[in-house]
Order: sequence, then structure tokens, then C-alpha cells
Amino acid sequence: MTNEMPLWEVFIRGQHGLNHRHVGSLHAADAELALLHARDVYTRRNEGVSIWVVPSASITASAPSDKGPLFEPSNDKVYRHPTFFDIPDDVGAM
Amino acid sequence: MTVDQALFQFLLRLGDNTLILGHRVSEWCGHGPVLEEDIALANTALDLIGQTQLWLGLAAEVEGKGRSADNLAYLRDAWEFRNLLLVERPNGDFGQTLMRQFLFDAWSSLMLEKLCDSSDIRIADIARKASKEVTYHLERSSDLVVRLADGTAESHAKMQAALDDLWPYTGEMFIGDDADDILVANGIAPNPADLRAAWLTIVQRLETESTLTLPESDFAHQGGKSGRHSEHLGYILTEMQWLQRAYPGATW
Repeated sequence: MTNEMPLWEVFIRGQHGLNHRHVGSLHAADAELALLHARDVYTRRNEGVSIWVVPSASITASAPSDKGPLFEPSNDKVYRHPTFFDIPDDVGAM
Repeated sequence: MTVDQALFQFLLRLGDNTLILGHRVSEWCGHGPVLEEDIALANTALDLIGQTQLWLGLAAEVEGKGRSADNLAYLRDAWEFRNLLLVERPNGDFGQTLMRQFLFDAWSSLMLEKLCDSSDIRIADIARKASKEVTYHLERSSDLVVRLADGTAESHAKMQAALDDLWPYTGEMFIGDDADDILVANGIAPNPADLRAAWLTIVQRLETESTLTLPESDFAHQGGKSGRHSEHLGYILTEMQWLQRAYPGATW
């Protein structure tokens, strides 16, 4: 079954103008059927205007064990956040 | 037979087709071969039941005897049902269910396309709404049928067996009677026989895009359209109508 029904990642755009968001995954025999399945599994409540499906095998993911080297160096570099400016009250919520 | 009497028969036929097929497909709920197919089948069943509400609702209105769509669905006995024998065929295996769905969807999509131009605006409105759902049903069932037919030797054999088994039940879709003639004369519905050529073109995908062979026989089991059903319908109604029969008027 693993070979005949590979895993696909599903991305759905909720409204025009927004980005596609990852919503989950499913098994399907090929790309066309993956699209049809995605329609049935993830858009039953009018969630989307567009669907992308991507073979899960095509996604290269960072390893959880690399978390330290990848992300910790930015922890102590708060100056990279634009939080050191005084914003006039008249500007309102940013 | 008056136009309204013919129209009532026609609407029962449409509504009973979707009701009985919807019930059959809903029997798969929780039993699908994989989660994705299970949900897709349940969606299809719900679409069909939704169409039933519209068709039987209009049928009750045309009849004008104070009955509702629910009355028609739950309080008629087998001989008063007007669905095609095809839709009451047992689910069998997953391939048989999909083949039945494909053969029906192909016909249903053509019938609804014609009904969008019906001289009766109420029918045209329902047809336009249902047509979008059935276009999707047909895309799904035809894609799956072709893939299963071309899958393994075993899946091919099962799909060919399903086609051979269901083929004699397809002819009934294209055989008209007095009621059909009256509706054709009034521009309300197409002549059933006129849908056959376009239906064959769709169904021939089984030969051109997959490796199945269409049976040559044109023998057709008939009876459903006039209330003469196979034994299967009684079992379906026993399950479907049990609650309303045991507790008349129960609501939730």
C-alpha cells in the first residue's frame, strides 16, 4: 500500500489574496486523485478556493536534532527585531 | 394521463434514483477501503440525498395532496418507487460500487444538462444546482474506474466482472414510456433514447483509456421506472424506513 498509495501534503488557499497553507496530508495513487481526495477530505466546509498537492517525499525537512545549530544563534540577537523605534501614538496599532 | 401526472412520475423517478443510490452509497460509511475513499463516498451520498430532497419536494408540490418529500421517501412501499433497477443493485465490492456509480453518473450528468433547458423553470433550477455536484461525481468515478481497470490483473478482472454484471441494467435508462412522451412534447424533459449516444461516448472511455471491453449485448432488465423492482429494494426500504414505520412522525 505504501508503494501504490504514497503520501501527499495538502495546501489550501482559503481566500483570494492569501497564501496557500499546509492543512494536512493524505494517501493517493497519483496527483490527480490526490487533488480529488483533498477536495473531499479538506474542503467539505467551504474552506478553500485553490488546492496544491505535493508528494511528501519531495519535501526536504530540517531535522529536529539540528534545532540548536539552526535556530539558537538568533535567540540573543534581539537587535534584528525592529523593536527599538519609538512609534508616535498617532500611528496607531502596527 | 395529464401533464402533471406525467411530471409527478418523472420527478419520482429522478428523486427515487438519487434516494436509493444515495442510501446504497451511504452503506459504505465507515467501511471504505481507505479513509480518503470513505469520506469521498459519504460526500457523494450526501450530495445525492440533497438532490433527493429537491426532486421529491417538487414531486410532492406537483402532486398537490399535501405530502412532503419525507412522506414520499419514508412512507411509500416498494411498488410505488420509480427508481432504475441499476441503483438498487447491491454494493458488492468497491469496484462494483464505483462501476455502478460511473454508469449512473454518466447518464445523470447528461440528463441534468438537458434539464437545465427545461421549459419548467423549477426543474431547470434544480438541474443547474445538481449538475455541479454530478460533474464532480463523474470526474471522480470515471478517474477511479479507469485506474482500477488498469491496475493489477486482479483489479482488472474485478472491474470487467462489475461491468459485465451491471451492463444489462443500463438499458432501462434509455427506454421511454407514455409519461416521457408527454414531457418531451411539452419541452419539459429530453427523450430518454436521445441520451444514449452521448452516454456511450462517455462510457467508451473504459475501452479507449483503460483495458476493459464493453459487453455487446443490448438486453435490458426493465421494471424499475414503473414500480416492478428486484428483491433488493425491499431490504433497502426495510432499513431506510424502519424508524418512521416503528415511530410514525418521529422527529429529531
